[in-house]
Amino acid sequence: MKRVPHPKGTVDAPIDSRAFDLLSATLALVLALHASHLPWWLSAALALILGWRWWQRRQQTGRVPAWLKLPMLALLTLVVIAWYGSIFGREPGTALAVGLLVLKLLESETERDARVGISFACFALMVALLFDQGLIATLVVALGLLPALATLRALQPARLPSSARRTVMSNLGLLFAALPLALLAFLLVPRLSTPLWGAPSPRQATTGLSDSMTPGNFTELLTDDHPAMRVSFDGPPPPADLRYFRAYVMGYYDGRGWHRRPPDPRRAVAAIEASASVSYRITLQPTRQRVLPTLDMPLQAPAQAQLQPDREVLADKIVTEAISYAATSASRYRLQAVLDPASRQRGLQLPTGFNPRTHALSAQWRQRFGNDDAAIVRAALALFHDGGFRYTLAPAPLGRDSIDDFLFSTQEGFCEHYASSFTVLMRAAGIPARVVTGYQGGYWNKLADYLLVRNSDAHAWSEVWLAGRGWVRADPTAAVRPERVTLGAAAAAGDQRDWYRNDWLQDVRNRWDVVNRWWDQAVVGFDALRQRGLLTPFGIRDTDTGMLGLLLAISSVLFVALGLGWALWRREARDQLRAAMHRLERKLARRGITRRSSEGPQHYLSRAARALPAQRHELEALMNLYLSLRYAQDHPSTESVRAFSVAVREFRPLDVVK
Amino acid sequence: MAPLLQRAQQLAERRLPSLTRYRRAEKLPIELHRRRIYIVPTGFGLGFSVLLLVMLVGALNYANNAALLLTCLLGAASAASMLVAFRDLDGLRLGHIRAGHAVAGQPIELTFAFDSSRLRQAIRVELGRDATAFAIDAGAVVHLKLMMPTTRRGWQPLARLRVWSSWPLGLFRAWSWLHPEQVVLVWPRPEEAGPPPVAPAEDARHMRLLQGDELAALREYRVGDPQRHVAWKASARHDNLLVKDFERAQNRPQWQLDWRRLDGLDDESRISRLARWVNEAHAQQRHFSLWLPGNIIANGSGPEHYAHCMNALAQLP
Repeated sequence: MKRVPHPKGTVDAPIDSRAFDLLSATLALVLALHASHLPWWLSAALALILGWRWWQRRQQTGRVPAWLKLPMLALLTLVVIAWYGSIFGREPGTALAVGLLVLKLLESETERDARVGISFACFALMVALLFDQGLIATLVVALGLLPALATLRALQPARLPSSARRTVMSNLGLLFAALPLALLAFLLVPRLSTPLWGAPSPRQATTGLSDSMTPGNFTELLTDDHPAMRVSFDGPPPPADLRYFRAYVMGYYDGRGWHRRPPDPRRAVAAIEASASVSYRITLQPTRQRVLPTLDMPLQAPAQAQLQPDREVLADKIVTEAISYAATSASRYRLQAVLDPASRQRGLQLPTGFNPRTHALSAQWRQRFGNDDAAIVRAALALFHDGGFRYTLAPAPLGRDSIDDFLFSTQEGFCEHYASSFTVLMRAAGIPARVVTGYQGGYWNKLADYLLVRNSDAHAWSEVWLAGRGWVRADPTAAVRPERVTLGAAAAAGDQRDWYRNDWLQDVRNRWDVVNRWWDQAVVGFDALRQRGLLTPFGIRDTDTGMLGLLLAISSVLFVALGLGWALWRREARDQLRAAMHRLERKLARRGITRRSSEGPQHYLSRAARALPAQRHELEALMNLYLSLRYAQDHPSTESVRAFSVAVREFRPLDVVK
Repeated sequence: MAPLLQRAQQLAERRLPSLTRYRRAEKLPIELHRRRIYIVPTGFGLGFSVLLLVMLVGALNYANNAALLLTCLLGAASAASMLVAFRDLDGLRLGHIRAGHAVAGQPIELTFAFDSSRLRQAIRVELGRDATAFAIDAGAVVHLKLMMPTTRRGWQPLARLRVWSSWPLGLFRAWSWLHPEQVVLVWPRPEEAGPPPVAPAEDARHMRLLQGDELAALREYRVGDPQRHVAWKASARHDNLLVKDFERAQNRPQWQLDWRRLDGLDDESRISRLARWVNEAHAQQRHFSLWLPGNIIANGSGPEHYAHCMNALAQLP
């Protein structure tokens, strides 16, 4: 029991060191969660301020003087403006908010200050989720509520001393008790179909495919193993060497890199004759692009997307959130069996004045094989296979005649070098060819039957047009490094991977992706559309806002009633001693020693002790304890009664000796 | 602001008796139950709900479901904390109250005995301007000391006691009034200064002589002992001061304090003079008797006798 020093204005009471420590811990956690998207020097400076303030208050309570605080505030604002150019928007706003939160600790002395700090910290925790709403991030942020709640508890007067574990458990208990209502509210709070104010600022340069390809710009992508998309097939998955997901088709070469031609609305979609098809559904992570990767070769565009002339699929809108689409593709096909002259001309475009040795080689092949285009393709693939080429993610830089340098001097590179040089070789030999980028491979997750495709599975290959066969996929990388196609990018990279990409870890991460996928589908992807279909199983096709509000109100009342029931429930102030004795009687009755209605406890337990000679001492001890508690004193202490019930609980009667 | 609120409260109690039905005093023990526990959000609770609203709108606007889930979790936890606050008070029992002694104008110490069948924390009790907080374990009894201001002598009803708690998060405040039907006796305030009582054979020299002869024992120093009784030589060998005890000597002239001899004074002045004399007599460990209209207290000494006399003085009409 303690006397409150400031009885009336409790908000002005200074906080004790425990509350301050917890407040500091909360803020440290907030800072740690934001450190990934704040400039490192700002995080470091803020952490330093936080640590210093914590140390300083341990020495002596009291606010930090204003002459120190105000310059820090001004400096923070200036630094944020200087770095971001503004204080508005998600990133600068967050930097400012986290900075202010840490500076708030400098003047946190009273309960009011601590409460304001904790509220603000809760807000900052939520903001952290605007940057990453993955499962792990959400769990960490939710656990970040624990120190915040513990701080609020520590502000209360007259607490019974409790261990850190019990504090954590009671806060966890509160959160778990709140979870059902929270989930219900989450399901039923009406989503906005259009944002109230400015749409979220675009994420800065995410790695992903782009519609041009210059040697080297895949490097970042191939080392990024974030999930790019997940594919579930209707029926068995296609074999590994057919898992080519097509994104962009690039037909224009400028001597340095490949570019996608701007779509020409007059061109018709290339005709296709399919003989086998696969249906599947893809869940694509946000790409901030319009392209929707589809399995080679898409037959139709999914909803809200268009098929382009070269059979790329472009969505009507930029993909800013994870989307899911169904599609059907041909696994065996003949694409554009008849090539019109314009297309042929586009397929042969090459800049003049580049790569003379490559042109010479192509001319030599043409001379040797005559009109047999397929033989030239085979010759080129054989060159890559036997010509001493190496697959590496860190190739030597190339000069102006990049294809010549690659083919005849460096001879090392990865998919985009091979695809690019192969296509140039084909074009120089007069065979229409183009570069296709997309994804190849992926991890087949047996637990949930889906294919996980990571950014590192990005790939580039070629298509050549052969008379009578149409556009045919040719993958020169496979000629150099067949594992790339059959085992995936990780296997192809060999020893060039970072330590954290070793095999078993990668395997664990691939399996764990099931949970991520579930989280993405069930939580992150639960949008206004899915919400409207919420009641479809109950025969209500379209759940509108009013209906949702009504449901929310009804179920909240239900939960409040449940909670009230709990709050009003009072355990009868029953006789603990009697209850423990009853339990002992039940245990003994199971061994056939039943208490007769006229039998006193001493007689009964003595009889039990005779029937169970192995446990005679235990039973006699229990009997003596009971008799002394029941008959020797008016009000036995709570501890001794508790000790008796524990002893009864731990007592296990063995078999009776007859 | 505060007087305005107080007036509003008085008006509400007059106009809405059902709201304040527990204004009337009730018999002990009092157990708090659901019909008399009120819950209101605290200022912090209101601020926090505004914050939750901001978080909700932000999460909805950015269509960020993880943030929405966090906001819902925090909101539901806040709502659950309201029930915890209620449960903190529900079933709390005020068993009995013990009053100390105090003279009019000085605060009187009251000891409240609370008991509970389950663990409760951070329960605050306010009595007038005095406030304290306590935690109570299951099956335990907590004795809580609070001071109540007094103004005049005589029987005085207990003020209303406010019991409240904002456990666990400080978002909601559950509160209730306790108005036990109990009166406390406040002793009269003794006058500051005045003439000594006319006692027979009040002769200091004679007394000292007599005392010197009949020293009974040594005892520990008590506040109010005359300095000349201190046994300095003996005290030097001990931690504490020792005093020569003359109590058993029974040779100090006893005082006969009599209401009737104080004519020429009004009743309250008489009472306060008698109170001073009783105090002095008690401090000097004298034997004294007290004659009051309708109440004659025979010769005696000691704390019980003293309390008896003061009670009699306090209860005079």
